[in-house]
Amino acid sequence: MGSSNRPLSPHLQIYKPQLTAVLSIAHRASGIFLVIGTLLLVYWLTALAQGPDSYAQAQAFLGSTLGRVILFPWVLALFYHLCNGIRHLFWDMGAGFEISTVYASGKIVVVTSIALTLIAFGMAYAMRGGAL
Amino acid sequence: MSMRTPLAQVRGHGSAKSGAHHWWAQRLSAIALIPLVLWLVASLAAVATGDYATAVDWLRSPWNSALLILLIGAMFYHAQLGMQVVFEDYISAYWLQVASIILVRFLAMLLSVVSIIAVLRVSWGS
Repeated sequence: MGSSNRPLSPHLQIYKPQLTAVLSIAHRASGIFLVIGTLLLVYWLTALAQGPDSYAQAQAFLGSTLGRVILFPWVLALFYHLCNGIRHLFWDMGAGFEISTVYASGKIVVVTSIALTLIAFGMAYAMRGGAL
Repeated sequence: MSMRTPLAQVRGHGSAKSGAHHWWAQRLSAIALIPLVLWLVASLAAVATGDYATAVDWLRSPWNSALLILLIGAMFYHAQLGMQVVFEDYISAYWLQVASIILVRFLAMLLSVVSIIAVLRVSWGS
């Protein structure tokens, strides 16, 4: 039998997006984004190692509008991947597989990662003496 | 061509013993990264908002440089393991899949060594 005219199972576009599926692919997407984001840390560290001038340059870039536009989603992705990773570790131990628990833990992950991101930036602004 | 089924061909060879290695390595690096990432973000929120001397002082503490080196190692190891799974899942051309995995491993090694040298250069002074 040819494989070209076989019936296909409903594909991604057919399904209504559900929290579970969205968070699942978001874990992978945030992971890939964070891999690219490691360059930020490398950039900051090498700038620091090269002396005050290059460090000032890096600080100016990271503090610029473009820098902040990159930093904010980076920290959000970091906290999301961290929180959802902990959720995965519970699954690895065989806990939290009931549908209601999966949804509850998913919501906790979303709220916690947003809260941690806001706390981190709040701390940073407080350290700068409240200056934006 | 063998008349044996694919299942019969692999039966009786025993466990490869390393089948769960990737899984374990990913979890172990993930567990290590939980405290390390929280420490890094909290530290950077305080340090990266200050001037050059603040950052250098922070990095010169043996505890901070040690934790940062551990974080760099765990982070790039975890990143490389994760990207490997992504490539295995989405790249169907086998040569390209293997080439991508090798490239990411080399890049992870390069970036981690560069970062660690940067940390040591600051913490030992130059």
